[in-house]
Amino acid sequence: MTNTVIWTIAIITVLGLVLALVLFLVAKKFKVEEDPRIDEVEKVMPGANCGGCGFAGCRAFSEAAVKSPDLEGIFCPVGGNDVMAKVASILGFEVKAKAPEVAVVRCNGTCEARPRVNEYDGFATCAVKSALYAGDTACAYGCLGCGDCVSACQFGALSMDPATGLPVVDEEKCTACGACVKACPKKIIELRQKGPRGMREFVSCVNKDKGPVAKKACANACIGCGLCAKTCIHDAITMAVNIAWIDSYKCKLCRECEAVCPTGAIHGVNFPKPLDKDAVKARIAERKKKAAEAKAAEAALIAEAAKEAAHE
Amino acid sequence: MSKSTFAIGGVHPHDNKLARDCRIEVLPPAPTMYVSVAQHLGAPALPVVEVGDKVKVGQVIAGPGGFVSTYVHAPVSGTVKSIGPRADLAGRPVTHIEIAVEGDEWMEGIDRSDNLVTEIPTDNQAIIEKIHSAGVVGLGGATFPTHIKLSPPPGSKCERVIINGCECEPYLTSDYRVLLEKGEQMVVGAAILAQVMGNVPCTVAIEENKPEAIAHIREVIAKLGFKNLEVMEMKMRYPQGSEKQLIDAVMHRQVRSGGLPISVGAVVQNVGTALAVYDAVQKNKPLIDNTITVTGECFPKQANLQVRVGTPFRYIIDFLGGMPADAAKVISGGPMMGKAVANLDAATLKGTSALLFLTEKQTRRAPESACIRCGKCADACPMGLEPFLLQKLSRIADTEALEANAAQDCIECGCCLYSCPAHIPLLDVIRTGKGLALGAIKARAAAAKAAAEAAKK
Repeated sequence: MTNTVIWTIAIITVLGLVLALVLFLVAKKFKVEEDPRIDEVEKVMPGANCGGCGFAGCRAFSEAAVKSPDLEGIFCPVGGNDVMAKVASILGFEVKAKAPEVAVVRCNGTCEARPRVNEYDGFATCAVKSALYAGDTACAYGCLGCGDCVSACQFGALSMDPATGLPVVDEEKCTACGACVKACPKKIIELRQKGPRGMREFVSCVNKDKGPVAKKACANACIGCGLCAKTCIHDAITMAVNIAWIDSYKCKLCRECEAVCPTGAIHGVNFPKPLDKDAVKARIAERKKKAAEAKAAEAALIAEAAKEAAHE
Repeated sequence: MSKSTFAIGGVHPHDNKLARDCRIEVLPPAPTMYVSVAQHLGAPALPVVEVGDKVKVGQVIAGPGGFVSTYVHAPVSGTVKSIGPRADLAGRPVTHIEIAVEGDEWMEGIDRSDNLVTEIPTDNQAIIEKIHSAGVVGLGGATFPTHIKLSPPPGSKCERVIINGCECEPYLTSDYRVLLEKGEQMVVGAAILAQVMGNVPCTVAIEENKPEAIAHIREVIAKLGFKNLEVMEMKMRYPQGSEKQLIDAVMHRQVRSGGLPISVGAVVQNVGTALAVYDAVQKNKPLIDNTITVTGECFPKQANLQVRVGTPFRYIIDFLGGMPADAAKVISGGPMMGKAVANLDAATLKGTSALLFLTEKQTRRAPESACIRCGKCADACPMGLEPFLLQKLSRIADTEALEANAAQDCIECGCCLYSCPAHIPLLDVIRTGKGLALGAIKARAAAAKAAAEAAKK
């Protein structure tokens, strides 16, 4: 009995040692040489594996970053400039700061503003719904309200507001990874510059229909009237296919467009004070009056000069 | 002779042909008609009229917008009121030509008499040209321009023309009524198609639940003396009217994944298309109307209507006595493959086959439960796919695996969804996966084309 036990232990031990030696030799022979910097870069990554950078995950990002000659086009939207600074220092590059961005929902067709014209009883995802038809309101461009963006967000930054039926972005949590932008079949979510202290202006509508049609479908729609573009003195607003778009790099946050918008489709967020529409409108009127006066004065001067020239 | 059917899959929904005994009535044109320029598969047609123009019935109002495209004709006479986007039945904006109807003045050269013209012209190219200029499209549902189907790519040879009179979708009866009431014209149309494809044999496939139509068409063929035409009685099974399934049922040949029916020597045309071909070739009449079944248990008056293209749905409903109070859903087409109508102000298209009214009880979906791996969906799939797997892959958007499991071959017949005991919305989900797989295939083809062009340079 004792003998058997001893033999068993001895055989297993010897077998274990021999196999360990084989494993050791094989591991030595077939060792894959890997750039140690990949591990270092991966350590400073957020580790969310969200794919927002365009690579399969943080590891794939690290490999691409190490291989890249100048980090051009490689950016981790989740970690932002902090992480990129660390990555750059590991790899010995200079840091290029990028303006922080945030996801912005460009639809303000709330349940109240955008009446339902039919009832959807199919599978409740935006992808399926948009493959079937234009949506349960008369607006063929707006939010479908099934929350594909919410399920795409890995950071819990999106939630559906039951009162409006629209998604809400939690700016604190949003990392601008762009997953929601890809998930939205209606393409209403845009990554925009976060702006100074989070202040920004944007047109919260993507309806390409002509004014009356858009207005009939949704009280809050951009009707493409172009008042904002005419008012803007910073040349930040462009009109295309019946919708206005504000260039966040040119916008100076004067909020004049927001004040003149007849449907309230232009939203300003994170401003310290609520918008005093009348004051802003008065300011615009004053400026226009001054401009008209200046023009008239100029015209008068020219007329005078012409008169004098005629006299002589 | 035993009745033929396709080899795998399929379901047996109750046929519910409520309107089978209703004769085809002619619906007068609505006061204002809205003619879509996207009535066919492929590029939308381009309007050739301007606002304010006077048009006559049968006048071309939009020309082909590409190779796979065709003409659109004025279904009524009157004045063009507007040309612009208007919501289609799914609520999506599509360019429509609005015509205010004035009188009923037809273009010259259109034979409006009832005489049957059995003499078929001999110049096949001229026939195809006529079919093209008449704007004929496949009326079986896909609305593929017929003239392209009749011009097979070089190297392929047609061995048999199949006329699809299966009408396997429940409720639909328009093809059945056409077979009964316009059988002669349909048969001449079929003979024209068989001649154009090179004097090949032609099979008119009709399901066994339409014995009167089978007997009638047999009689007509014997009377008119077309030697190459025959009627085949098919076993009742959905989706027999699908092109690939019908080829399998009639010729026992399978079309490869991604292949065209012509690759196995078959050309399939619908009964309605054959009639449109007759009208175009023998009567010079472009495709400006079609037969539409208006039906449903809750609808007070079942009907088969000959409707001009561009008639608003609401007008048809009002003509038949208004919307029933208990109708919860209106479907354009049959219950299996039809599209829910989100906008009753939308107008009929060339390919509109029916308006079906369903009650709340009929449309309510049962709550979804977990897949129990019973495999009923795989048994039901006529394309031999595995819907349970495809829906999982669609949900995680695994494009590569979707393509490897042939999601692109899904014909969207809905057999899987119909047979699922767990009420999983299989087709709804798989359709998105099919889109992903098709997108990947298209992107690859485009990249290959670009690479080939770059190599040329």
